[in-house]
Amino acid sequence: MSEVLRLLFFLAGTSAFVGLNAAYIVWIERKGAGRFQRRAGPTEVGYAGLLQPIADVAKLLSKQIIVPPGSDRTLFRLAPVVMMIPAMMCFAVLPFSESLVPLRINVGLLMIFAFSAFNVIAMMVAGWSSRNKYAIISAARVVSQNVAYEIPILLVVITIVMITQTLDLSELVRQQTGWFWHWNFFKVWVNPLMPVTFVIFFICMLAETNRAPFDMAEAESELVAGAFTEYAGMGFGVFFMAEYANILIGCSVATILFFGGWGSPVPFIPSGVWWFLIKLYLLIFTVIWVRWTFPRTQFYGLLNLSWKVLIPVSLFTLLLTSVLIKIF
Amino acid sequence: MKTLITEVYSGFVSLLTGMRITLTQFFRPGVTVHYPRQTLKMPDRYRGHIIFKEHEGNDKSTCVACDLCAKACPSDCIQVDGEKKEGDRRKSVNLFLLDFTKCSLCGACIEVCPVDALDYSKAYNLASTSKQEYHVVDLVKKFDDKHRKEAASQ
Repeated sequence: MSEVLRLLFFLAGTSAFVGLNAAYIVWIERKGAGRFQRRAGPTEVGYAGLLQPIADVAKLLSKQIIVPPGSDRTLFRLAPVVMMIPAMMCFAVLPFSESLVPLRINVGLLMIFAFSAFNVIAMMVAGWSSRNKYAIISAARVVSQNVAYEIPILLVVITIVMITQTLDLSELVRQQTGWFWHWNFFKVWVNPLMPVTFVIFFICMLAETNRAPFDMAEAESELVAGAFTEYAGMGFGVFFMAEYANILIGCSVATILFFGGWGSPVPFIPSGVWWFLIKLYLLIFTVIWVRWTFPRTQFYGLLNLSWKVLIPVSLFTLLLTSVLIKIF
Repeated sequence: MKTLITEVYSGFVSLLTGMRITLTQFFRPGVTVHYPRQTLKMPDRYRGHIIFKEHEGNDKSTCVACDLCAKACPSDCIQVDGEKKEGDRRKSVNLFLLDFTKCSLCGACIEVCPVDALDYSKAYNLASTSKQEYHVVDLVKKFDDKHRKEAASQ
């Protein structure tokens, strides 16, 4: 019985968390974009446009979902679900604090990377089933982009796992408690290239979540809306939410892997879920900041960056870490 | 190998420079005007449709209905009429209609006016649901309305 209750709490909690965050990260993004371009962003709906995301969702919900003729109807309807469900499932293992963990398993990191790989399939299915040339091009781009970026991100994660000797996310955080120099980001005595590792992780995370400057999959100026071109109403809304959910997961994992999760940076301030949220939202702000700073890369530039720079560098850090671990 | 490392390093530094620049912009005040709620003040030389000029301490137009503006108008879009009231030394205007759909804002009427009665307005939010509003712009009525509003607010 308690297990069922736990499951219900988890479902309600994560749905609310993901939904609210997706909606309000959009608001932060639009406001932030406004600030970066020295304009105001949404101001009309509610105070400072705070009700804008709710109005947008209401608009999306009230729209008819049109399935284009000649498309693969089943796959077309399935794609948003395939995008959203793995994103939600990743939240099952995220430790928000010492006690606030929906599901304690010792391979949490593995599970997150297994499930977050699903969004490639979803985008591909969406692009394929729409029967739209922009969507197909977008699907092809997503696949090659994600294959290219999955490798360095996993190499980075292997580096971290070699240092920490665990795949358990709570254990990963516990190892980084205490002063902030215990965070993996600052562990330069283990591997002097630790900050570089974080930068690689961050870049790959941007590419994996199809964020600018790597948003080749939905490059508006070239591909209309990429794989989402044919989706109307909440079909598009679910993709949009899943995209922000993926950013949330990516930033949470970065927080846990590199910045000590819920741990406080100084021992005399108590640790707790607030530290996790502060670090998470600072990273999300950085993601938005990056988006509104850099123009979209060329597709070849994107693949060259991964294969010619990120993979060799991450292989080198992996090698260096293993050598240093062996020596000391 | 060495060139690759320096290239990656200098590229990364330039990315950080870009991010620093956008962040400094982030904390500066916005430069936009929230249009329907705020409007810009038009510069002195902005040419809106003509109106009667304001003269200090005079709530009447100085127009004497001499018809020179109507004669000077290349588009023939001005219609003036006036009458000589009892006790007045000269005529005063009681009809001044501008067909703004024809007006080219050339300003010949303003140049030619002997009593300096006309001026460009600063009105730029010109929109209406009926065409009639711009076929007939009643300057006398606009002038009186403005003064009535000012009197009411005082």
